[in-house]
Amino acid sequence: MESVDLHINGIKKSFAGKEVLKGIEVTIKDGEFVTLLGPSGCGKTTLLRIIGGFAKADEGRVFLGNEDISKKSPDKRDINTVFQNYALFPHLNVYKNVAFGLKSKKVPKDEIDRRVQAMLELVNITDLASEMPSTLSGGQKQRVALARALVNEPDILLLDEPLSALDANLRKKLQVELREIQKKTDTTFIMVTHDQDEAIAVSDRILVMYKGKLVQDGTPEDVYEHPVNRFVATFMGECNILECEKVSDTCVKAAFGNLVVEKIPAWMADAGGKCCGGVAIRMEDIHVCTPGEHFENNVFHAKILERIFRGDYWELHADFGPLTLRVMTDPDQIYNPGDEVELYMEPQYLQVLSD
Amino acid sequence: MSRYSNRPLPLFSRILAYAGILLLYVPLILVLIQSFNANKHGQTWGGFTFDWYTKLFDNVLVQTATVNTVILAVVSTIISTVLGTILAIGIHRTPWGKKMQNFFDMSINIPVVTPDILMAIALVSVFALFRSFTSIFDPGMLTLIIAHVTFEISFVVLVVQSRLVSIGSEQIEAARDLYATTAGAWFRVIIPQLSTAIIAGALLAFTLSLDDFIISFFVSGPKSTTLPLYIYGSLKRGISPQIHALSTLIFSITLFVMLLVAMKNKIKAPKALQKK
Repeated sequence: MESVDLHINGIKKSFAGKEVLKGIEVTIKDGEFVTLLGPSGCGKTTLLRIIGGFAKADEGRVFLGNEDISKKSPDKRDINTVFQNYALFPHLNVYKNVAFGLKSKKVPKDEIDRRVQAMLELVNITDLASEMPSTLSGGQKQRVALARALVNEPDILLLDEPLSALDANLRKKLQVELREIQKKTDTTFIMVTHDQDEAIAVSDRILVMYKGKLVQDGTPEDVYEHPVNRFVATFMGECNILECEKVSDTCVKAAFGNLVVEKIPAWMADAGGKCCGGVAIRMEDIHVCTPGEHFENNVFHAKILERIFRGDYWELHADFGPLTLRVMTDPDQIYNPGDEVELYMEPQYLQVLSD
Repeated sequence: MSRYSNRPLPLFSRILAYAGILLLYVPLILVLIQSFNANKHGQTWGGFTFDWYTKLFDNVLVQTATVNTVILAVVSTIISTVLGTILAIGIHRTPWGKKMQNFFDMSINIPVVTPDILMAIALVSVFALFRSFTSIFDPGMLTLIIAHVTFEISFVVLVVQSRLVSIGSEQIEAARDLYATTAGAWFRVIIPQLSTAIIAGALLAFTLSLDDFIISFFVSGPKSTTLPLYIYGSLKRGISPQIHALSTLIFSITLFVMLLVAMKNKIKAPKALQKK
């Protein structure tokens, strides 16, 4: 089978004069699990609706493989959707809901039966086949919605915040299953979510969106460890951001001393002379030195102001003089307010931001 | 269960409640008794009889009036249900502006609250105008049907629209996503979900048509007398016990239909509860 990558070329969209997509340019490879991540109002759902054919872009085109699908209606696209509130058909039982798409395509009855049964088995709801949607729990509805879309063997499956209505435990469980089903069916999944933990847990690749723009595109590790700007750094989890000034190509000056970094972004390197920016470091990447430990650089003296128990870790507030940073330590590393400590920041975890 | 369900009602409230029920049913029960009373004038009990019923069934005028009423109700209900459903869908689905939407809502509501007498006069004037072009608008079954459809449509639209609002737009999108054409989405997804509302609207239209007196009075012709018109006419000649018999029959049929509906709901309800 030919590979069916999805190409999104310069998509722009405005609603009532407000630009919600400002020229999105991205390629999603066949078989990838991609997450569109961003806060509400960033345009991620609109982009998903444009891919699905439910909204028309003002500018730009969508290609599936070599075919321009920008003008095709949803029923002409080999793309299926798991809707945010499932949108199951309340007058049809689970079996008929799942069979709906195949029936539209006039697939022979015995093949419909075979495929629906196989799909019900895959998502583990064989015993619910004759139930009506109103009798199902949230998790079961989610499975039906997934089966109803996947049974059509689409090139791409779109998922619009599929797990947002479920409680935390079930959500974690379904994240794992979603990932397994995606690998088993070898289908491209494009999921919209505003939950960064969910995005990290399931995706091969995360596209972070902010204010109608694609701000970062990378693997979960990449996006988490190397956020490109302040928005991504804070959106992807707790993060310290230090204001600093360029000293050289591997050194910046923060309020409490010079920091050695692995690299500074091109814009800062090119700026020449005095140039200011932000450096991000995650709280778990600040190391509290034990006696006898020695590092060449990036070791700073601080005083513990506060200690907060967070269950699986301690959160320390460390006073560096001009500013306070948050530091994460293991439960067995106990420091009390008032303790004087040496803190080490490994250069590879210091990420100079682009804004 | 209601919070108050176990507390006995105060005596005063109970008396009021019984009084209300008496007020509702005494006249109906009186008619029922009189329909079996051999004494024609009904001041005293003259013995039990089926005479009035047999006479009723021999009465050609009653038969024609009944046939007219049923034809009128069935035909006007079918037309108004189809048109009303299409209208409701059209108003709901077309992306009108806010102003246009309000205008449509008003236009649907006004006929509902307009006094029948006004509607009747309006229809009479319109038919009179049309009659100057063609004689098919002479008072008769056609004018009756047109008149009934006119006032029934609004009710059908209101009932169907209220259900339509609760069916989210994602239902259509889901159907389209699953390869249904626009028409397919409507016939396989939306119409089935509207079916109870459409039936409710049709039943409402049907009862309104059966019941209507004022509008029918103005637009019917000599050959299209309906039951309400016949009853009114015969009352002028003094109440005949035949009318009591007829009223009892109509009431019994209504009661029978209500019981059927109630039983159907009863059979359905426990199933739904079991699954919960």
